[in-house]
Amino acid sequence: MRASSPPREGVLPRSRLSALFQALQEWGYEIIGPQIRDQAIVYDVLDRAEDLAAGYREEHAPGRYRLTPRAQQKVFASTASIHAWKRFLYPPEIKLYQISLNSSQAQIESLATPVRKRAFLGVRPCDLHAIAVQDRIFTGGVYRDPYYEANRAATLLIAVNCDEPGATCFCGSMGSGPSATHGFDLLLTEILEPEHRFLIESGSAAGEAILSRLPVTPPQEEDRTAAQDLHRQACQKFQRFVDTNELRELMYAQAESEHWEKVARRCFACANCTQVCPTCFCVNFEDSSDVSGATAQRWRRWDSCFHLSFSYIHGGSVRTSVGARYRQWITHKLASWWDQFGTSGCVGCGRCVTWCPAAIDITAEAKALGTLTRSERAHAST
Amino acid sequence: MLAEMPVISRDPMQPAGCRVTHVKKETHDTWTLDVTPPDKHWRFQPGQFSMLYVFGVGELPISISGDPQHPSKQTYTVRAVGMATRRLVSLKPKDWLGVRGPFGNGWPVEQARGKDVVLVAGGIGLAPLRPVIYHILAHRADYGRLILLYGARSPRDIIYTAELKAWAKLPQTEILTTVDYGGLSWRGNVGVVTSLFRRIALNPLRTVGMICGPEIMMSYAAREFEQKGVSRHDIYLSMERNMKCGIGLCGHCQHGPNFVCKDGPVFTYSSLERWIYKREI
Repeated sequence: MRASSPPREGVLPRSRLSALFQALQEWGYEIIGPQIRDQAIVYDVLDRAEDLAAGYREEHAPGRYRLTPRAQQKVFASTASIHAWKRFLYPPEIKLYQISLNSSQAQIESLATPVRKRAFLGVRPCDLHAIAVQDRIFTGGVYRDPYYEANRAATLLIAVNCDEPGATCFCGSMGSGPSATHGFDLLLTEILEPEHRFLIESGSAAGEAILSRLPVTPPQEEDRTAAQDLHRQACQKFQRFVDTNELRELMYAQAESEHWEKVARRCFACANCTQVCPTCFCVNFEDSSDVSGATAQRWRRWDSCFHLSFSYIHGGSVRTSVGARYRQWITHKLASWWDQFGTSGCVGCGRCVTWCPAAIDITAEAKALGTLTRSERAHAST
Repeated sequence: MLAEMPVISRDPMQPAGCRVTHVKKETHDTWTLDVTPPDKHWRFQPGQFSMLYVFGVGELPISISGDPQHPSKQTYTVRAVGMATRRLVSLKPKDWLGVRGPFGNGWPVEQARGKDVVLVAGGIGLAPLRPVIYHILAHRADYGRLILLYGARSPRDIIYTAELKAWAKLPQTEILTTVDYGGLSWRGNVGVVTSLFRRIALNPLRTVGMICGPEIMMSYAAREFEQKGVSRHDIYLSMERNMKCGIGLCGHCQHGPNFVCKDGPVFTYSSLERWIYKREI
């Protein structure tokens, strides 16, 4: 039985990576993966393996990002691209309905774009985790988002283990990386020495079917050892950490801290962090009508808890201060997400740290708040 | 993998088309609209709300203020305070209105069986409590005393005036009204709604409190109940936050760990106590 079943693992030489593209395209998948645009690595449609962002290195720091060439032709060089995959599963803007009203008779026409079969190539373990988090939000409750659900069902996830966590990464603290353990259709480990190759593992029937069409050879002992070494090395490269022990209570205890005012002096409330965050899901529904007033459109657009209008009710916004809005964001990520969805809202991808124009660092703020609660408790018990 | 592409299932964000059947002016700025139900299976629990879509303007979360025993019509009481609510109350009979709902959990009318029910309403906050009154009056033997403490800004802001008079004549029912500014012809109570607490006698062990109004008024009313000995588990508040979807997907209505739309809008005071006194939550 075992011998006739399709292979679960295989080794693909770097030179044959185009076979993966060919197999995916023959199955009708549009391939989305890392490529270079505007001096950054972004995820978008790829036609050929040659278009992948090979031979570059990303430099991350709070409020800083640079892309530089490197000698190695490493194919998957980015950690977490500025774009999270959510833009393909839950687009920044969609026109949901066109509604026309003629002599008090309304016609509602659905305008949501048809679903496309897509393969996400190069999903880092943190982002794989983030997709699982959004799955819970959009498909795990009583009410489901039908567009997300359909997009997700048509998506193949090809993950790549991370061997070079960036300077803003902390997936190791959040339990979401640097290596993937589940939730993928295919998982690649990129091995550079001695021959540039990929150790490929399938995690689903769809992944197995793709793997069976690739010119792979069975993995040898040295392939497995090389992959384990890469994992070990990656674990030692983290520069940022979050102590998640009791984190929810530590955050909740600081709801009225003076610390928020300190953060607010730096925060522009620009909403960059929520736009790049792979789990942030807040949206607004906006309506517009044509000049004649006969037809109206309903749009769904990404929103952010950093906007003043986000908490508006009659009489004014609930969160008028920037400090309260930052508190809402970080407390939601690290504390209330657990109450709502049984998981952390932060996967440690580090995007919010890199892309914050004020270099506000979620790991530093979590640490500062935790320290405040602990010292208050120590003070209270003496 | 060559299986059929996934199909987009019905969108919970798609409104159902309904018709306005009747519009009643309650006060200078408040109207009550009767609307046809989306289908014959439409039902609601006291305290639930709907998302009302005004063509080309947008959606509004509005509490259902009608009689749960008679779901053959949807009833909404709306105070015109902004562009969308002004458009909503200017609808005429036969006009089209998009409706999604009902959403939310509603008041604990089942847990309150066998008990005295004390309702505390501030302003338009009386609207989501009116279905509780209808429910108790329809199941009168199942409940003890029914007490309504109602505060309005001024006599001309009092809604449901005819019903308030009729309910006050019913046995086991006490209706107390107060206004912030009385004017010369007002002979009733003047003061905030919590000042009415000293005019009633409560048996704290058999009382359930239900409060709806501005947040600050609700927190003071909850403390009044507590001071009279009512358990914080028997005090219920209906929260208000910005709502765009009503189904827990847009993120706007968060209050501490809760989504007001799907975990509420009705919460026990015991579960809110940690959050309601904190600023800008």
